[in-house]
Amino acid sequence: MTSLLKLTSTMLVVSAMAMTLVAVSPSARANSLYHDLGEREGIEILMEDLLLYVAEDKRINHHFVDIDILRLHEKLSEQICELAGGPCVYTGDDMVTSHTGMDLTNTDFNALVEALQKAMDDRNISVGAQNRLLALLAPMHGDIVGR
Amino acid sequence: MDGQIQIGMRLWLGVVGVAASLLLLAPAEAASGRLLATGGATSIEGAAGGGLVPWAVISGYTEDDQFGGTVTLSRAQVDDYRLDVTAAAFSYGNRFEFSVAQQMFTLENLGAELRQQVIGAKYKVAGDLIYGNIPQISVGGMYKRNTRYDLPQAVGSERDSDWEAYVAVSRAWLAGPFDRTWLANATIRSTRANQTGLLGYGGDLNDSHELQLEAALGMFLHRSLAVGVEYRQKPDNLSFAREQDWMSAFVAWFPSKHVALVGAYVDLGEIAGARNQTGYYLSLQASF
Repeated sequence: MTSLLKLTSTMLVVSAMAMTLVAVSPSARANSLYHDLGEREGIEILMEDLLLYVAEDKRINHHFVDIDILRLHEKLSEQICELAGGPCVYTGDDMVTSHTGMDLTNTDFNALVEALQKAMDDRNISVGAQNRLLALLAPMHGDIVGR
Repeated sequence: MDGQIQIGMRLWLGVVGVAASLLLLAPAEAASGRLLATGGATSIEGAAGGGLVPWAVISGYTEDDQFGGTVTLSRAQVDDYRLDVTAAAFSYGNRFEFSVAQQMFTLENLGAELRQQVIGAKYKVAGDLIYGNIPQISVGGMYKRNTRYDLPQAVGSERDSDWEAYVAVSRAWLAGPFDRTWLANATIRSTRANQTGLLGYGGDLNDSHELQLEAALGMFLHRSLAVGVEYRQKPDNLSFAREQDWMSAFVAWFPSKHVALVGAYVDLGEIAGARNQTGYYLSLQASF
């Protein structure tokens, strides 16, 4: 009996958690993400910080030695700005094209995520905004890793 | 008898010690390919997971062709009993995990104790916790044995060792409700263990493996701090006392990729005739 009660109470908690999943819709919040990231200027600083963390990270900095870092910074800033719902247009190559031949690993991808997380921490970007940006970037994993 | 236990204990400590020193020798950066907390904590049976439930996650932070491991000390203290666990896990990539756990269950009123050793392996067959469209799906097996069998035998256990197999599915949502990262896990285990095997395997009421459902749901307040609940369904094989499902509500803190600390409230129901066994659970994990 108490077992049944316990199961019921756990199921109630779980279903309450599941209902909030349905209730909160992620749509129409992209523009507020652009705002939360500090708009165009904030995103440019964020991408600069990101690249500085990348340069320090022995796991991935070798991938960045022979590239035009200023162009990369510009394209990254455009891309994040557009993704976040800002008034920008990404003018770079698609993710598959730009990463083909690099043979990137999961470790590489995660190292970049960690560099971004540290950069966002430094800019005092809220946990919620950080998560929303990461959720927009995570689907690119398949286009970037193992190409 | 006591001499045998001593030798067994020493052998066990030796194994754990060697495993720990091997792990310490591994280069520090070898096992840092995954994101924080993606190896979970260490469950009471040694497999990566929550506290009570093995999850589909692979222990530690190994990714690609890295290897590494974890060493964990855990304790559950409820009204009449205490469970102490020493565990170690070895992992290769985000693919394979091998684990060992030594459990000591103290019956405080009787001044007696039960002992169980668990050897486990887990293999990720598909998907990923975070990336792609398929959740992380792993299969695992455990070999369990009682190293003190007098009490389990006295209460009607059929054997002093047994196998278990499970399938686990885990998935994280980076920006779930409240813009927080959520993690859900469901595990189906084939088992005939009595009180997870502490009271032997199989009994007079049932002596076959049964499928049991185990689940976990957690929310990350931020990327190093999670709260959640776990539920573990259990068989009821012995007529001498009924056995109930277990649940917990936990807080898990991952201050770095080297340390994880879990605290929980646990409700272990009725154990060997003593009802409403509730209390706390603490677990400290070191990753290499």
